[in-house]
Amino acid sequence: MAGGVLAAGDPDARALVVGSKNFTEGVVLGELVRALASTGSPAEHRQALGGTRLVFNALVSGEIDIYAEYTGTLTQEILAQQQPESREEIREILAESGLRMSESLGFRNNYALGMPKELAKRLGIRRLSDLRAHPELVVRFGTEFMERGDGWPGLKQHYGLPQQDVLGVEHDLAYRGMAAGDVELTDLYTTDAEIAYYDLLTLEDDRGYFPPYEALLLYRAELAKTHPAALRAVLRLEGEIDEGEMIAMNARVKLEGVQENVVAADFLREELAVDVDAQATRRIDRLFRNTREHLALVASSLSAAILIAIPLGIAAARRPRLAQVILGVVGVAQTIPALALLVFMIPLFGIGAGPAVVALFLYSLLPIVRNTHTGLTGIPLPLRESAEALGLSSGARLRLIEAPLAAPSILAGIKTAAVINVGAATLGALIGAGGYGQPILTGIRLDDTSLILEGAVPAALLAIGVQGLFEWAERIAMPAGIRPQARD
Amino acid sequence: MLELSHVTKRYAGVAALEGFDLTFASGETTVLIGPSGCGKSTILRLIIGLQLPDAGNIRFKGQPLEPEKLPAIRQRMGYVLQDGGLFPHLSARNNVSLMAEHLGWSSKRIVSRIEELAELTHFPVDGLDRFPLQLSGGQQQRVSLMRALMLDPEVLLLDEPLGALDPMIRFELQNDLREIFSRLRKTVVMVTHDLAEAAFFGDTIVLLRGGRIVQKGTLQQMLGAPADEFVTRFIQAQRAPFEAMEQQP
Repeated sequence: MAGGVLAAGDPDARALVVGSKNFTEGVVLGELVRALASTGSPAEHRQALGGTRLVFNALVSGEIDIYAEYTGTLTQEILAQQQPESREEIREILAESGLRMSESLGFRNNYALGMPKELAKRLGIRRLSDLRAHPELVVRFGTEFMERGDGWPGLKQHYGLPQQDVLGVEHDLAYRGMAAGDVELTDLYTTDAEIAYYDLLTLEDDRGYFPPYEALLLYRAELAKTHPAALRAVLRLEGEIDEGEMIAMNARVKLEGVQENVVAADFLREELAVDVDAQATRRIDRLFRNTREHLALVASSLSAAILIAIPLGIAAARRPRLAQVILGVVGVAQTIPALALLVFMIPLFGIGAGPAVVALFLYSLLPIVRNTHTGLTGIPLPLRESAEALGLSSGARLRLIEAPLAAPSILAGIKTAAVINVGAATLGALIGAGGYGQPILTGIRLDDTSLILEGAVPAALLAIGVQGLFEWAERIAMPAGIRPQARD
Repeated sequence: MLELSHVTKRYAGVAALEGFDLTFASGETTVLIGPSGCGKSTILRLIIGLQLPDAGNIRFKGQPLEPEKLPAIRQRMGYVLQDGGLFPHLSARNNVSLMAEHLGWSSKRIVSRIEELAELTHFPVDGLDRFPLQLSGGQQQRVSLMRALMLDPEVLLLDEPLGALDPMIRFELQNDLREIFSRLRKTVVMVTHDLAEAAFFGDTIVLLRGGRIVQKGTLQQMLGAPADEFVTRFIQAQRAPFEAMEQQP
């Protein structure tokens, strides 16, 4: 029996890594792929990694092996510069990067613009060209649509649209804004379950702007050798999902709150007769995993920051000219918004925990360097000179006199860094680092407040706990002679 | 014992000392006195190496002070500051024993040396385990003196050691200090701005003004044969309150 299982498995024991873009359909398709791949080899799914560019680059660099993409996105965005004319040309260009693409999965998920039916009726809008007569509309687009070549910039030009009040928001938040009456026009994915749920009208693309967006899989060419069985299983999805089925799956996740892996397993059982085990992860298990990931991010980045920042602070205190350079550089690192810093790390360190740790490390440097510097330079001159006049060497002065006197300040710096770090680490989930940010992001995507709280509450508690821990440590480290109660 | 020759020291371009020469004889107490900014503290700081001269040289027992030799030479000098410079995170005992421990003295030797010094400086033994902030100003200065004397240095440098104390405590400590100096016969260089104190301690008084020596000698010599009018004015300025009393009928 065991031999039979091994013979059916793939030669490469490495887990096949599935990626997905950060919207519900992408995650559902990722779960379908992961479930099928797991019949041939170990497989894992790095969910909702980010936008098109990020996920495609992760595929090119080999950090993920496969993800679901759309033909329109390929031609208009990813390969926009090469301007491929046909599927064959697309395949050729992809092959140069060591990539392949599957046949269509069976449905299209086109871009479209939509607005509440009632409003559309009142304003007499049915087609995109009707929008030209309504420059006052409040328009909120998904952030990616705002930027993409096939998104708003091109659409605006193609139809000569006059709207001025146009801003980018998270795609799922635009629907909620529309339900609340704050948003009048947004971009839709035609398989979004919300279109029916919020009673929206999909405006007719009467001048043929949007290309078709056939769903398909992009994968690394070497999978055919390394994971042939898994790849064969995954490619069974070709042509199997029609538009109605996709909308239904999206609806179950977004409107009924069923987990993506359960939805995917149900589909595979019913449509492909493939039985994969799918249990909704229990909240407590998720909490443990998120806590573990979050603590790992904080602990590794903070301890590295302590090891580097304290010597930097000492060097700065010893050499005033060097201090300007050191404090300047770590100060600049601090002014970069945490989110931007994370994104800057991706080209250097890829996706996942690695770049998040580096970003958090950089972010933690300043408070520690600055407090070490302040703590040491704040020691009164007579004390520093007394230590020198005794004949103590530079190292002994640091160890016996300066470090103990500066310890409360240094610890206060580490405390500040730790508290900032715990908060900033929630952003790590944006680039696949996991942690408490994961349920927050998923909660935003699924409009599930309890999921958001599942990340936000423990993150806040952890920050409070860390603060308390360091305050206790500060009291311990405060030399007895300079504690307030020592004065009498 | 100590010799400054042609020493120049400038702060931000302004000379505190210019081509300065002075020799301190072994076993004698020399008091440096003069108005603020006359360079008296600078001389101590140059001797202990907290500052390096811009020109000229300083010799300790014939050896020039060189930066790499400073830690070793400093162990042969004791230095007491106006506010003591005691380390607030260390008890009185640990302030005194810090350097000896660093040099690896046995704890037995340290304990007996501290007992000896506590007796010498009239410091109560039960105060040894208190922190500096728990001690009075006078007691802090006694601890500071014990710390300076711990390694039995050849030279003792005191920068206005009694300047921050109230008059009663100051009087008491002056007497104790003079007794200690006469018992130990160390080379002592003391800075003060108080003429009575200078006369009380000094075998030799060096009156400084603007980074140069105005007169060197005893108080009697300065009274009897002042080098110039500044000497007379300096002495008069400090005698004024007593003269006012004498003039009353």
